[in-house]
Amino acid sequence: MSKLATSVPRRTFVQAGLALGASQVIGAPFIIKARGEEPVKIGMVNPLTGVLSALAQSEVDGAKYAEAEINKKGGILGRQVQLLVEDSANDVGTGVQKTRKLIDRDQVDVILGDVNSGIAYAMSQVTNEKKVFHVVPGGHTDPITGTNCKWNVFRVCNTTTMDASAITPELVKRFGKKWFFITPDYAYGHTLQDAFVKALTKLGGTYDGDMLPINNTDFSATLIKAKAYKPNVLLNNMGGLTQINCMKQFTQFGMQKEMALGGALFELESIKGCPPDAQTGWWTMEWWWNQPNVPEVMKFVADYRAANNNKTPSARDWFGYVSVQTVRLAAEKAKSLEGPKLAAALEGLELPPDVALQPGKVFYRAGDHELMPNIFVGEVHPPKGDASDVFTTAELVAGEQAAGSVADTGCNMVRPT
Amino acid sequence: MTTALVAGKETGASAEQLAAARRVLMLIAIWGALITVPLWLPLLGGYTALAGRVLVFGLAAMGLNMLLGFTGVMSFGHAAYFGLGAYGAGLTLRYLVHSTPLAMLAGTLLGGLAGTLFGLLIVHRRGVYFAMCTIAFGQLWYYLAYSWNSFTGGFDGLRDFHREAIGFGPLRLDIESGGTTFYFFLLGVFAVGVALMGFLLRSPFGRTLLAIRENERRARFLGIPVEQHIWLSFSISCFFTALAGTLYALLNNFADPLALHYSLSGYFLVMTVIGGMRTFWGPLLGAAVFVVLQDYISSMTVNWMSFIGVIFMAVVLFFPRGLLGARRRGAA
Amino acid sequence: MAQVILFNVTNGLIIGAFYVLMALGLSLILNLSNVINFAHGNFLALGGYLAFALSPTLGYWGALLVSPLLTALIGLLVERLMVRRIYNRDPVYSLLLTFGLAFVMQDAARYIWGPNGLPLGLPDILAQPITQNLFFITWYRVFMVTIVIVSVIGLFAFLRYTRVGLRIRAGTFDLETVSTLGINVRNLRTFNFAVGCMLAGLSGVLAAGQIGLNPNMGDELLMPSFIAIIVGGVGSLVGTLFGGLLIGMAAALTTVFYPAASEAVIYAIMMAVLLLRPRGLVGEEGMMS
Repeated sequence: MSKLATSVPRRTFVQAGLALGASQVIGAPFIIKARGEEPVKIGMVNPLTGVLSALAQSEVDGAKYAEAEINKKGGILGRQVQLLVEDSANDVGTGVQKTRKLIDRDQVDVILGDVNSGIAYAMSQVTNEKKVFHVVPGGHTDPITGTNCKWNVFRVCNTTTMDASAITPELVKRFGKKWFFITPDYAYGHTLQDAFVKALTKLGGTYDGDMLPINNTDFSATLIKAKAYKPNVLLNNMGGLTQINCMKQFTQFGMQKEMALGGALFELESIKGCPPDAQTGWWTMEWWWNQPNVPEVMKFVADYRAANNNKTPSARDWFGYVSVQTVRLAAEKAKSLEGPKLAAALEGLELPPDVALQPGKVFYRAGDHELMPNIFVGEVHPPKGDASDVFTTAELVAGEQAAGSVADTGCNMVRPT
Repeated sequence: MTTALVAGKETGASAEQLAAARRVLMLIAIWGALITVPLWLPLLGGYTALAGRVLVFGLAAMGLNMLLGFTGVMSFGHAAYFGLGAYGAGLTLRYLVHSTPLAMLAGTLLGGLAGTLFGLLIVHRRGVYFAMCTIAFGQLWYYLAYSWNSFTGGFDGLRDFHREAIGFGPLRLDIESGGTTFYFFLLGVFAVGVALMGFLLRSPFGRTLLAIRENERRARFLGIPVEQHIWLSFSISCFFTALAGTLYALLNNFADPLALHYSLSGYFLVMTVIGGMRTFWGPLLGAAVFVVLQDYISSMTVNWMSFIGVIFMAVVLFFPRGLLGARRRGAA
Repeated sequence: MAQVILFNVTNGLIIGAFYVLMALGLSLILNLSNVINFAHGNFLALGGYLAFALSPTLGYWGALLVSPLLTALIGLLVERLMVRRIYNRDPVYSLLLTFGLAFVMQDAARYIWGPNGLPLGLPDILAQPITQNLFFITWYRVFMVTIVIVSVIGLFAFLRYTRVGLRIRAGTFDLETVSTLGINVRNLRTFNFAVGCMLAGLSGVLAAGQIGLNPNMGDELLMPSFIAIIVGGVGSLVGTLFGGLLIGMAAALTTVFYPAASEAVIYAIMMAVLLLRPRGLVGEEGMMS
């Protein structure tokens, strides 16, 4: 008797519990919160593990800094901003999966990423299909805003062509027209070398070079070849850690006495990984923290250091920062977070000085969605006083001048009707 | 003594019936869960693309398990055949014809035949040496895919292709947009693959593989051509994994060199072991656990590699039979 | 051209020497314990990072000495706590265990020392080229090759002339008999694993001076070491030695003619060996099956 008596209420209790649980689970998606309560979600996919992790981490730091700054000033369209970061692990499949996850499950309004151009492009196929606004902070290969440009994709960092054509005249003027290239054998390297060759032959130069595997560790064979060619300039187009190894072996062999060294990108993260004697050569920076004549920059750097454990912002931090600020600027102009409206608002939009953080007019070109900043051309050297003071700007090249016309990029923008 | 024995026999018969009933129940549970994924997964915070990934990796791991769990031979290079399947499908769609079925056929053949030929070379090796040769051979394809820029897209991967709608006369299966239709397409292919695999394993051929696994020397004395069977098992297993690879290319609209990398082979092995490498459905369960865990942990922390690594080690040290294997042991 | 090729043969020997050191450690563990140590590249990185951490206090030379020993100690702990528990199981478990360990070690290195590349400072004397003519032979490269040669001779002498070394060699051929002779196989394997890790640690210190430190630094060196073992013949340390030198030279020579294929060529060599001489160049019949 007592058995029956106790078992009945327990069953009803369990059923009630199940029903309650189910209603919470099922009910959740149908509750539409007031728009003001829900944050603006920005999803960022970047290779936080793998060989590009140092660059990716800087972009995330910059984006987080912008997130905090915007939230302190009242958010985007009166809503707080929430940055969701996912690791692409430097793998295209994972990058695509994470992009889908951010869009389908987390329902982000905007996608940012990736440092790896290959992943950035694969992501842009997804964002384009889903009509989500997409900013590429730091993937450099030309086609993203060139032959493969898309109405929903904008890019902050330069194209390889821009970097190459910005520094070529400087290298030719200072050192001469006979060049030797050391280039990684994949799309990024090929487009970079092609851009250099185009700029160099226009000035009547000659060249030779080697295409090497991306993760090449030993450069002696190629450096021997380079030495035999007797070039005026050796162009080191390798990326990340591979570039550092190439620099080290170059200086170990004492080759800096016989030829100049240079290239498109030698990023702050990489320079810091080099021993002092390998911190050398002529390069471009896509943004540089030490601009004593621009008061906004000095304030930004001081604030950034205070907020980030005294880390000096690199171009990558700036990319991340600008990407998130871009979302705010576009949303405020469009008064909306819908992809097509954001994209339309951003075309031709000029960055205000506290976001551009450099002199002159910095804007998103309407024809190819490429940001047109200044390109800092100068010399890398061991630290002078400040540990991050490893680059001295010799010249600022206007981005649009380096980029050439929209027709040159091969972009044929098809906008949604 | 005798009564005890008779009693044992009787309970044995009923246990057999019980096992059969349990098997049917399990099949119903598995297929029921798979078919209703689009209904329940979003409620748990998942998304359909994740389920697609589970099916694809599950099929690949089940293919691998035919060799590992049912023949007792370990390959640490199955990502190669998976990736070749993906590239085969992608290259076909990109350069040859805009047809999803033909692309899948081409990819499966490419991966399967590569495995068949390579199997001939290494079939006399055993244990870690066999594994080591499979790793190195797999990496050969990885380097080929990543160096041949003009054809495979190199390091950036093969792109500019996408899955095409499948049409049979008036019937048209629109899988281009992804979503639920595509999930059911994946499930359909998965079902055909799994049915074929089940049929093979229940055939005399499958029983012979088990005999080789249990005692290779005895199988040899019984006159079984062991090398030939291992070779066949390796080849067939490569065909299934390659089929899964073609689905992976369709899922991502992309093929990249990491789909050929040995770390993916390691993932397949771990999926198999987590689920239970001597069980038929174990690898699918393992794939589900692995994919969901990886998806979840990698969103939570940058240090996901540590978590995954610790899971690998914990499974090996404390849970070697896997989820289904442990259940079976508990039931026996 | 002839000069360039000559340069590259020398250079190939230097790279090959490096593969040899790494592959020998891997080979030792494989032969006696039947375990493919996937974390070998991470033990290499560990050796490099430890040298980086120790060199401010001990100086470069002190770090060069102490860091491999510390790596060996960590290897010993790993063997005692984990690897030894799975010797009697299906080989899939040892592979997955070391594979998982590789993940954890790589992540730990990134967590502790950061994702950025770090330079390991060298004494000034080592960072100079020997002469202007032979500019590509820096003192450091000579030093590296010397260390490798000394270690290889040391290792072979140890295996040939010491009691423990003889037991390791005997165990490679027939572990059961060695065990029945009353030798403590468990301790022998532990010691052997630690020696393998010590060689990895030493390679790591040397590599750090050449290519710098990063959490992934062991990954690219792991596959060539596998191939050196397969090409030389599994089970034979002499084979590993030749295999490493051969693929190092082949990679360097390919760089002269078609640099992009310098990685692919070592795989081609492996395929050729598997096809034409399945037991490897020096391997003994039956060792691989």
